[in-house]
Amino acid sequence: MLAYHLDLALRSLKRSPALTVLMVLAIAMGIGASMTTLTIYTALAGDPLPQRSARVFHVQVDPRPMEDYAPGVEPESQLTRFDAEALLRDARGQRQAMMTGGRLVLTPEGADATPFVSDSRYTSADFFPMFEVPLRFGRSWTAAEDTGRERVVVISSTLNQRLFGGANPVDRSVRINETQFRVIGVIGDWQPTPYFFDLNVGRYRELEGVFLPFSTALELKLGRSGSTTCFGDVATSDATALGAPCVWIQYWVQLDDAAKAREYRDYLDRYAEQQRAAGRFARPPNARLRPVMAWLDQQRVVPADAQLQVWLALGFLLVCLVNTVGLLLAKCLRRAPEIGVRRALGASKRAIFAQFLVEAGLIGLLGGLLGLVFAGIGLWLVRSDTQSLPQMLSVDWPMLLAGFGLELVATLVAGLLPAWRACQVTPALQLKSQ
Amino acid sequence: MHIRPILSTLLRHKIAAALIVLEIAITFAIICNAVFLVANRLERAAKPSGLVESELVRIQMTSVGASARQNERAQTQVDLAALRELGGVKHATVTNQMPFGNSSTNSSVGVAPDFGRGVVGPSAYYAGEDFIATTGVRLIAGRDFTPAEYVNATDVLEREPATAVPAIILNRQTAERLFPGGQALGKSVGIYDSQTVVVGIVDELIPPNSVRSSMPFAMILPMRVTHGRGEYLLRVEPGRQDEVLKAAVATLNRVGPGRLVRAQQRYEALRDRFFKQDMNMAILLGAVCAALLVVTALGIVGLASFWVQQRTRMIGTRRALGATRGQIMRYFQTENLLLTGIGIVLGVGGAYAINQLLMTHYELARLPMAYLPVGALLLVALGQIAVFGPARRAAALPPVVVMRGA
Repeated sequence: MLAYHLDLALRSLKRSPALTVLMVLAIAMGIGASMTTLTIYTALAGDPLPQRSARVFHVQVDPRPMEDYAPGVEPESQLTRFDAEALLRDARGQRQAMMTGGRLVLTPEGADATPFVSDSRYTSADFFPMFEVPLRFGRSWTAAEDTGRERVVVISSTLNQRLFGGANPVDRSVRINETQFRVIGVIGDWQPTPYFFDLNVGRYRELEGVFLPFSTALELKLGRSGSTTCFGDVATSDATALGAPCVWIQYWVQLDDAAKAREYRDYLDRYAEQQRAAGRFARPPNARLRPVMAWLDQQRVVPADAQLQVWLALGFLLVCLVNTVGLLLAKCLRRAPEIGVRRALGASKRAIFAQFLVEAGLIGLLGGLLGLVFAGIGLWLVRSDTQSLPQMLSVDWPMLLAGFGLELVATLVAGLLPAWRACQVTPALQLKSQ
Repeated sequence: MHIRPILSTLLRHKIAAALIVLEIAITFAIICNAVFLVANRLERAAKPSGLVESELVRIQMTSVGASARQNERAQTQVDLAALRELGGVKHATVTNQMPFGNSSTNSSVGVAPDFGRGVVGPSAYYAGEDFIATTGVRLIAGRDFTPAEYVNATDVLEREPATAVPAIILNRQTAERLFPGGQALGKSVGIYDSQTVVVGIVDELIPPNSVRSSMPFAMILPMRVTHGRGEYLLRVEPGRQDEVLKAAVATLNRVGPGRLVRAQQRYEALRDRFFKQDMNMAILLGAVCAALLVVTALGIVGLASFWVQQRTRMIGTRRALGATRGQIMRYFQTENLLLTGIGIVLGVGGAYAINQLLMTHYELARLPMAYLPVGALLLVALGQIAVFGPARRAAALPPVVVMRGA
């Protein structure tokens, strides 16, 4: 029966090619636009640390003076050096790390090597296990190497490719400013999207090239990048000094369950009270402890445009579907004589209904397939725009297939009205000569 | 033209008529808001920075090696002297940040009597000699800095005891904020722990990372930075930017070898990169609007053709009774006008509903009334064009053929 319906449906589509092409094309454009914008949106709004994001928290305390204080005001997003080092020493979480961004001049090995600039990250040892950073070669540094201010680096795969041709570079050296550093590891396939741990150096960006211990960077006074905010009445000559009233360090902690999170939150409040008693903090405890997704939400990382584009594409798809309903209706009613003949020959209302539903489904199928092609073209266009990260826009097959399925259902729903209308055609009226 | 017959005919085809009305309503609602958004984005991307962008190029150099870094201050002066000699260069300066450069240094400024208490934190442009002449910002009051007023940025920010900054130039909004009602010239402000005299006010200078006008405060301080902490800005003769850029980089490499060029570009490229997102959005919106109009038009063509076919008997009858071709055409065009009109009326509500959503979630302004008649006219024209073909075909039917029976 289905084969019969399909056969008739195909013939009917071929009989009115213009109309068919119009319907298929309209649906395809709507699908293509919706899929493209949805893929972009899910890439931008995605979880950068799947499976771990609920256990990794961003820490904020409020060291600012009393002016402009109101209960519940949002504290600075970064910590001062004093607070970060104190929290790191106390080590109340399962793992914790302090970090900030930087920019370095690297000189590769070799006599006539040309130096170049690379973005860098200065962090303490727990960064790698806490964020489960995959390592292609070697290892990351230990807490002891942190304390010892060792001259060790972990580099990204991209940098490894550039410096050492992609080979295992463990124990080879690279010169940073004037100091020789030993490479101890290479980061594997890791591209956090968004760059959640430090939004100041870019919300969606390539992985930084060089990772080295925070203490080492501080000792060598390596160049920093990101945001530094100093507060207080007295202008500060060195923002990186231990007592400087300047925030420039990001602090993350791993807390494995809700109870530990609550404990840590209490610890932060106690710490703030201690600092107030000591005269460093002016404000009552105003700490924040947010897991990754809540942090990204609060910072409004996803550009509003991405959401708008999704809605626009969906609105367009809606118009295309309404269009299809109308055209399908027109097509059905135009064939009223044919329907009359079939009914007179014994076809049930159900058969007619099924026939037109199959036709709608066929249009939906063709439109959906073409729509997938359009979506592929759309994503290719966006990817070729050099500012967006290629990795961000890998084709998300599950989502595309889900979208295809939904579109098929939507077209079938759109075809319900015309099909119902068609099966209402009374044979007698049609058989009388026009 | 009698509306009653048209209406009663339409009422017999309720569903199809309702579908056209719905399609037009949704299209109208979306297009009004989309065009408004496009205008919004284009306006944002055309926002003036206060600089003479068409004549500017920028170069960022990084020193390599400890000795180069220690020598950077002297090297910066050598660089600037060489750049100023270059053919095509009208002015050259060194500064810490530029509009659309994405990073901003802000410092808090206070007024009498409590100079230490910051009133506002404008974005601080650290100007080397010739900054005003190079950037082309327009002074509306006061004067440029004198050569004696320039100090080194490190002496102000890092030395103990810090050198005081002798003069400052504010942008219009900062002057208004610090001294409401005018008369900032000659007054003292507190910055970096000392007092500084306001010697000039510029008309327009935006902070580096501003797209919203909520924080438009900026100020210019006569503090020389070294090239590693900022960038060179060159004002060149119009049309010679690329040529001068190449020559300038070559010159800098000659007078200070072993350095890295971190960036070299026309200033306009910086602006384009900053607004890329907005322009892409505008293009996407435009494309979707065009596609929407095409789809709606073709839908109308399809349905109108169908109706013509359904009503051949009616048309034939009317023609036989003496209706002219023109009257048949006008019948269909009036019918389309009626449908479009109803669709637009419904669409107005939809347009404002969508606009309300956009206002709450995406910080858009309220849709100006002017967009509605323009959108309405557009859709009416679209409908009339779309129905023209089928209507003409209807009018061309000879009555005899029709009356003979299908």
